[in-house]
Amino acid sequence: MSHRVRVNPIACEAHGMCAELLPERITLDEWGYPIVDEQPLPPALVDHARRAAQACPTFALLVEREDKRR
Amino acid sequence: MSAAQSTAAQNAQDPLDADVPALPRLLADIPEEGPMSLREHLELRGELPRFERRRREEGPLIATIERAGLTGRGGAGFPTAAKMRAVAHARGRAIVVVNIAEGEPASMKDRTLAQALPHVVLDGAELAAEAVGADEVIVCVCESASASVGGVAAALEERAARSRSRPRAQLVTVPATYVAGQESALVNFLDGGPAFPTFAPPRPFEAGVRRRPTLVSNAETLAHLALIARHGSAWFRELGTPSEPGSALVTLSGPVTRPGVYEIECGASLRSLIEAAGGTTARIRGALIGGYAGTWIAGELVGGIALSREHLAPHGATLGAGVVLLLSEHACPVAETARAARWLAEESSRQCGPCVHGLDAIASTIEQIAVGETGQRRVLADLGSVASLVRRRGACGHPDGAVGFVLSAVEAFASDFTDHARHGRCDACLPPGELPLPEHVRVYRAGEREDLGVRRLARPRR
Amino acid sequence: MSALAAAGPSTYWYLTRSTGAVALLLLTLAVVLGILDVRRVSTPRWPRFVVDSLHRNASLLAMAFLAMHVLTSVLDSFAPISLADAFVPFAGSYRPLWLGLGAVALDLLVAVTITSVLRQRLGYGSWRAIHWLTYASWPIALLHSFGTGSDVKGGWLLALSVACLLAVLAAVLVRVLSGWPANLRVRGAALGGAGLFSIFLILWLPGGPLGSEWARRSGTPASLLHHASTGSQGSAR
Repeated sequence: MSHRVRVNPIACEAHGMCAELLPERITLDEWGYPIVDEQPLPPALVDHARRAAQACPTFALLVEREDKRR
Repeated sequence: MSAAQSTAAQNAQDPLDADVPALPRLLADIPEEGPMSLREHLELRGELPRFERRRREEGPLIATIERAGLTGRGGAGFPTAAKMRAVAHARGRAIVVVNIAEGEPASMKDRTLAQALPHVVLDGAELAAEAVGADEVIVCVCESASASVGGVAAALEERAARSRSRPRAQLVTVPATYVAGQESALVNFLDGGPAFPTFAPPRPFEAGVRRRPTLVSNAETLAHLALIARHGSAWFRELGTPSEPGSALVTLSGPVTRPGVYEIECGASLRSLIEAAGGTTARIRGALIGGYAGTWIAGELVGGIALSREHLAPHGATLGAGVVLLLSEHACPVAETARAARWLAEESSRQCGPCVHGLDAIASTIEQIAVGETGQRRVLADLGSVASLVRRRGACGHPDGAVGFVLSAVEAFASDFTDHARHGRCDACLPPGELPLPEHVRVYRAGEREDLGVRRLARPRR
Repeated sequence: MSALAAAGPSTYWYLTRSTGAVALLLLTLAVVLGILDVRRVSTPRWPRFVVDSLHRNASLLAMAFLAMHVLTSVLDSFAPISLADAFVPFAGSYRPLWLGLGAVALDLLVAVTITSVLRQRLGYGSWRAIHWLTYASWPIALLHSFGTGSDVKGGWLLALSVACLLAVLAAVLVRVLSGWPANLRVRGAALGGAGLFSIFLILWLPGGPLGSEWARRSGTPASLLHHASTGSQGSAR
């Protein structure tokens, strides 16, 4: 059961904390919005991903379990 | 473009296939004025067939639609049976939404159906509702299309007067914006929000209007469905190709004798469509297939195009919502692209940063190219990198479509773009422009690049 | 009773004043960080998540000190403040208005804290709506400290409070001048509210807490008042 990170682009307001807390998977474009690598997360990164999701002020970053996705 | 223009020569088939059953199907006997009455409709088409559906099962019509191979005619081309099946099996009482928002300015087919032949669309809605177990039908019509609104309203009244029990149907007018016709935007609007797309999941088929499974279907798709229910899947497949069966409505505009809405056999050649429209009235610089989220094809290739997915795919094009826009030799492709790119940027719902910023950057770049203000910058490389920053980073397909439109223009008219980058505007760069865009668009004027005042938003509005 | 009073102020009294002052300081820090939306500005040594954590932790720490402030003021035997008075405004017998304001501020901050802890469950919209209450809680807390604080005349609390006020005003000014919020009326209201509050303080303080006999005028029970002339602390409690 793997996890992935995904961003809700409507909720996202370019605060940028996700890129600071999960640079392995998230970089910021020239306008400050996250470019998310949606590859499955290795187990070591899952806690970091959850922390990044909790830090997002608008709940735009989502950590999803593989079996929940279509 | 009135219904009258589309009555002329509605057969667009290759002349070699003389013994194929004739068109028109949907547009048969389309009245010149006003909607066809219910009585006339029933005389022409026959009574609406009934399908027995056992509770908690999908209606038998869905299997027929699957055999017929009907796909959505709203642009996405999704298999209709699969969509209906998903709604039928989802939890909760379903709702059917008939999509006649038609925010694409170059498309008139859905509004034409609504204004002239509403009953065939409503038949389809009723049948679809029965098949997916829906107890409610909501017909969404673009608020600026008063004739279409009137046609649907009159048709609904006629149907209400007949005493058969049928799902409750209501008419709702929706804003005339480009993104309003997107599925989730319609659902959002019907739930009391703005006509802006929403973040998926959930998709409308599992949780749409009032969190109920919602079948959002294009008007033309439902019209085809109504005819398949009467005549069967084999009949539907008598036209078209095995992978794209049936007929389709196409809005043809530009320098032809009779622009308008035509019904073609899927896979018909563009040449035959133009012939059916009375031929061209000027040389063709290029063709825009699929509308403003579509693809440009250079003029010299236009003669060889056939209107089917497999023939258009090598050109990177799809028929989309059945839009074919021809550009004459008198127009400047660069100026037209600049106008359209700026309009596309303004039609963003401004909910997602990459769309707001990216589409603005692309429009600005095209405008700079058009007036030759790009200096030494490698603008085409710039466009490519912005494009890769925008694709798939919005909540809906709008930025992807806009990017595809612009990049295909740059490719199809490469020499024009290079000339403009070096030398600035050409003789054809004059307003008002040929591409049909709603009047509120600030028209690009050669020589002045108006500051269109796009706000640099750190926070795009919700 | 008078023997007890003559023995000097209790430890609780010192604690309640000091924890109150620290809570005000921390709350000001949190509010200033919030107003400035400093998350949007970052340097390599201060990444945004650090500033955001600073805001959250300052708030939580402020709540911890607030808890101690409330507890020690209840335990302090001098003034008749019950635990209920800390949460139910204007019902107490000791300086009801000014203490009541403290209760209001506490109630608002408790609501904000609970909703912030339960953010994930509440959803962004509801959380944000409640979070706006912080803009009300801060000036109310400041008024409470002026009205109940016995150290205002002593100077250090006044200096601290003025510093906090200036910090918040500066933050509002910076934010408004940088073009937020986009709605002009809200911007005007923010500036106007901040300006009016400051003017009110300037006009009220000299004749109020800084003026004579404030202890009596603010509602200190009469039985406690006569200690003022005998107590070694000088200024009225």
